[in-house]
Amino acid sequence: MLTLTCPCCGVSGEETEFHAGGEAHLKRYGPGSSDNDFEGYLFMRENPKGVHFERWRHVYGCGKWFLAARCTATLEVFGTYPAQTTEPPQDIKDKITAKRPGWSWRDFA
Amino acid sequence: MRYNAWQIFKEAFTGQTGWKPVWRDPEPKKEYDIVLIGGGGHGLSTAYYLAKNHGLTNIAVLEKGYIGSGNIGRNTTIVRANYFLPGNSEFYSHSLKLWEGLESDLNYNVMHSQRGLINLFHSDGQRDAFVRRGNAMINQGDDAVLLDRDGVRQHLPYIDFDNVRFPVYGGLLHPRGGTARHDAVAWGYARGADQRGVDLIQNCEVTGIDISNGKVTGVQTSRGPIRAKKVAMVAAGRSGQVAAMAGMRLPIESHVLQAFVTEGLKPVIDHVVSFGMGHFYISQSDKGGLVFGGDLDFYSSYAQRGNLPMKEHVMEAAMTLMPMIGKAKVLRSWGGIMDMSPDGSPIIDRTHVDGLFVNCGWNYGGFKAVPASGWAYAHLIATGKPHDTAARYRLDRFTTGRGIMDEEGTGSQHNLH
Repeated sequence: MLTLTCPCCGVSGEETEFHAGGEAHLKRYGPGSSDNDFEGYLFMRENPKGVHFERWRHVYGCGKWFLAARCTATLEVFGTYPAQTTEPPQDIKDKITAKRPGWSWRDFA
Repeated sequence: MRYNAWQIFKEAFTGQTGWKPVWRDPEPKKEYDIVLIGGGGHGLSTAYYLAKNHGLTNIAVLEKGYIGSGNIGRNTTIVRANYFLPGNSEFYSHSLKLWEGLESDLNYNVMHSQRGLINLFHSDGQRDAFVRRGNAMINQGDDAVLLDRDGVRQHLPYIDFDNVRFPVYGGLLHPRGGTARHDAVAWGYARGADQRGVDLIQNCEVTGIDISNGKVTGVQTSRGPIRAKKVAMVAAGRSGQVAAMAGMRLPIESHVLQAFVTEGLKPVIDHVVSFGMGHFYISQSDKGGLVFGGDLDFYSSYAQRGNLPMKEHVMEAAMTLMPMIGKAKVLRSWGGIMDMSPDGSPIIDRTHVDGLFVNCGWNYGGFKAVPASGWAYAHLIATGKPHDTAARYRLDRFTTGRGIMDEEGTGSQHNLH
């Protein structure tokens, strides 16, 4: 059972209170972009075994979207943070580094 | 050794001492014509058909664990050809035909049992959709029978027909659908490939794919480097990590799918029953256990175990459909890692690297596809051209948008299948 803390309303809840929304920090490409960029945005995924950043929504709570750092191999949640950012905050990265030295995910490390 | 009744008879009188291991445990050679990354069902069937259909035997199958340790040994064993969209329809039809001849072809008892599969529906709209699906199956040359409520009652007298939320309106019966013994499929293909000279190398994890000038030259493994003219990835839930070694990203997310089995019971469920509205399906194994499964956990996972909320959901669905199941005790549960593609259909194709092939995206439907996937992948690797039945499983359909196959009609993006 995952336990997540919503950074918007501060409530901690079990995973049944939330809904997963897939990979976070996607760079969006729209009309006028190349086919490869558009495909990358829509379909291509990091799909890592280990540290992963992903979107969650507090569906049975405040209803807001937020982001979470989680390990896909052990299902450990490293932390959650607001969605209004293009990269994970430093304190989340530090927490991950303490537990998974040498981790990297896309351009983040 | 060729298996037959005489062998069983002979062994019964000689203390069962004549049975030998059915595949070798060879040391990896320095070089092969073809290296398959992944010794699961699809990898083993690919090796088998490369040897049998194309006469290629200088092949190594590299398996990280042991033969049968992945999804081939942890699924719900359902075999069916009730697909609807062109592309899927002919492929799974071909697969079911191969299943029907598999035991005599492999000289191995895979316990393929065509006990019939029933998909239940619960509204007029769902009935229309199943009529359409049934017609598509018949047009493909397979079988489908529309059952009304009484028709379903004759087959499945034990289900709750008057559930308030999902009253049973009828069902689509696929008589040739059924189950097979999943481990035996792996063992049968492994034995068949080994007998034809394929090296099955277990406990050998691929750690790198060597590429020079856009052409694949071999792989690095935990048991040393192996050179190869062609390398074929067929790693199911681990496809993303394998493809990353070749500098590729795939349109794949890996998710855990759980399954459950009860203690052994006397025969009670004769068919495969699929209760789509509850994301629940069930059959009874020949050993007597009720084998059933549900939906994904819905967040990406490489843990071969699921979390509790989906277990609870599956048990609720079981009780909704067939209240009698409450008397059965669950023996164990397990999880397999599914390579989920955005449109719910698989990929069998070349890659941008010369000599490197990809086979992935089987979602939760990989088991029934084992024969036809191996057949088509072997054809692609041997001839360089896609097999007719798998020609639409192109990797570039996500670039061009042409030929996307959303069988469930839920939308072609991640997290919707």
